[in-house]
Amino acid sequence: MSKNKVLMCGNEACGEGAMAAGCTFYAGYPITPQNELISYMAKRINETDGAFVQAESELAAISMVLGAAAAGVRAMTSSSSPGISLKQEGISYLSACELPCVIVNMQRGGPGLGNIAPSQSDYFQAVKGGGHGDYKLIVLAPMSVQELFDLTFLAFDLADKYRNPVFILGDGLLGQMMEPLVISSDMRPTHYNKSWALTGCKGRKPGIIRSLLLGDGVLEAHNRHMQDKFSLIKKTETRVQHFNTRDADIILVAYGSVARIAKAAMESARAKGLKVGFIRPITLWPFPDKAIEDASAHAGKFLVVEMSAGQMVEDVRLAVNGKARVEFYGRMGGGVPCEEEILACVEASLKSGGAAR
Amino acid sequence: MAKVKISKAKCKGCYLCVVNCPNSLIKIEKDLNIKGVKGVYFSGGKCTGCGMCAVICPDGAIEVYRQI
Amino acid sequence: MKKTKKIKKTKKVKKTKKVKKEVAFKNVTPNPASLRTVDNHYCAGCGHGIVHRLVCEAIDEYGIRERVIAVAPVGCAVIAYEYWDFDVTEAPHGRTPAVATGIKRVRPNNIVFTYQGDGDLAAIGTAEIIHAANRGENITVIFINNGVYGMTGGQMAPTTLAGQKTSTTIFGRSLRREGYPLKILEMLAILPGVKYAERVAVNSAHEVLRAKRAISKAFKMQIDGKGFSIVEVLSMCPTYWGMTPIQAADRIKNEVATFYPLGVIKSC
Repeated sequence: MSKNKVLMCGNEACGEGAMAAGCTFYAGYPITPQNELISYMAKRINETDGAFVQAESELAAISMVLGAAAAGVRAMTSSSSPGISLKQEGISYLSACELPCVIVNMQRGGPGLGNIAPSQSDYFQAVKGGGHGDYKLIVLAPMSVQELFDLTFLAFDLADKYRNPVFILGDGLLGQMMEPLVISSDMRPTHYNKSWALTGCKGRKPGIIRSLLLGDGVLEAHNRHMQDKFSLIKKTETRVQHFNTRDADIILVAYGSVARIAKAAMESARAKGLKVGFIRPITLWPFPDKAIEDASAHAGKFLVVEMSAGQMVEDVRLAVNGKARVEFYGRMGGGVPCEEEILACVEASLKSGGAAR
Repeated sequence: MAKVKISKAKCKGCYLCVVNCPNSLIKIEKDLNIKGVKGVYFSGGKCTGCGMCAVICPDGAIEVYRQI
Repeated sequence: MKKTKKIKKTKKVKKTKKVKKEVAFKNVTPNPASLRTVDNHYCAGCGHGIVHRLVCEAIDEYGIRERVIAVAPVGCAVIAYEYWDFDVTEAPHGRTPAVATGIKRVRPNNIVFTYQGDGDLAAIGTAEIIHAANRGENITVIFINNGVYGMTGGQMAPTTLAGQKTSTTIFGRSLRREGYPLKILEMLAILPGVKYAERVAVNSAHEVLRAKRAISKAFKMQIDGKGFSIVEVLSMCPTYWGMTPIQAADRIKNEVATFYPLGVIKSC
């Protein structure tokens, strides 16, 4: 096994992770701050037998992915916040039709056209729905260029395993930053049998990919099947990291690029003798409720830090279920918190009890 | 010689076959069929087996047999 | 010793029977194998039943059933896959050509066609059809134009004619308020990526046979790798035109086809 170390920006690392996972179809539309990804896929896919299409819109792109996924190949699209809004109908269809694919959101400031700075204000859209109907996406939150590669690679396997779209929730900061990326030569995507795929009905009964189920009780049964699938995913695919939580008086909770900043704040706090811990969800869905619930048994406070008006904090509150105080610090509209701000929040909270949000 | 078979079960009573038969050999039934409409029937006579009735039928209710 | 009688073998005389001459008949309009024989849900006199059959006849003619992957629309034909015996996928409304693009790009040897109504193709899906055509995707598009939205209760379509009453133009389509009927086939024909565009109708057996030829040609274009082909089919919607099927068929001849002329618009 050999390892290749390159300096790459996050967007490109995501693309390279897709290529390593055997992605053979990409459709997308340019939107900042993920344009490096679409250009990278244009270059890389055309070096293989795969297909790249710069679609006329994000609407068209998600539908092209639907077609490619229905035809049994590993397919991906990417966008940023407003474009992800456009994709919601298609995402609902993909989940309902049990089609695997990977969707990447490099979040930007919103709402509306917003700005091109990073944000985390699409958490609800990714985790609570966004599209219509009872469906869930596996949502992965990388916090480094390496993880953009690793988690995108993982996303394709999970998508095929569960026949459901998998969502990478990044942001403009992660997409643009440049860090070393280590790629080992023995990475192999897992192969999943796709007997359900539409390939031309030679030697079998014709296949139908559909989500319209009008028969009496049929759609409800399908929903129950989907919910069973989501329950299984919750049991087996939750990913989380803990740092210094055992003796913590206050536990920071953050994901994505904010996780890096929060982790640094935790380390500074510890250096000052403050008992600060940090929980970092890697899967935002399934959300690591148990890790947070367990931590709430001994930590008196949680401080959730997000680049939003407060979205993940609601899931933390649900998991804590009143057993501890949950506080929030956020920056909106493209604002990025720095270590000092978070530290100041932590200190104020520990001193005065703070105002619960 | 030719003959026309019309499925009473499939006919929806659109009567497009009636106006497309060049010899007006397809007629409207007096009674309602299983679909609750007055279907059509082949009245016999000089059928050339042109098949136009079957060509226009949207429901595959008509089969035309031509003598070979 | 017993004497064995010599048995004279007598020649059997064949009795000639008067054999009735068997009259053989051949079904000259057999149901295409790709078309399931179940009853369809379309209204009496709707053109969908006819065009579904024509598509299947073309597919059987070229023996491509096992290569076909179809994309069904949203509209009255949303459950077209109940009637077709080959692979079919659903698509979000209007995105049909984009879904077809995704399939054809990853499976270029499969025969991919879309089957769309006037809402799916000319309203919500205008961008998708223009760009699939402009990219010259090697797919076949069957466009059913009946000038109204049937599935949802007879609302105005982009192809509704001036003065036509629908559930959203109850006094008749006003050009000033609702704009003009869209001649999308003529618009698409301008694009170099479009290699074959023809408008046909299914209002008479004669026109159905023309439509059959056009649809067959459109599939052949794809089989030969010649590029994007589209056949627009003027079809009856007796229910939402408020007419009998025969009246609807006449309306196509007298009114619809004068605005949307039949014939080859482009052939490369």
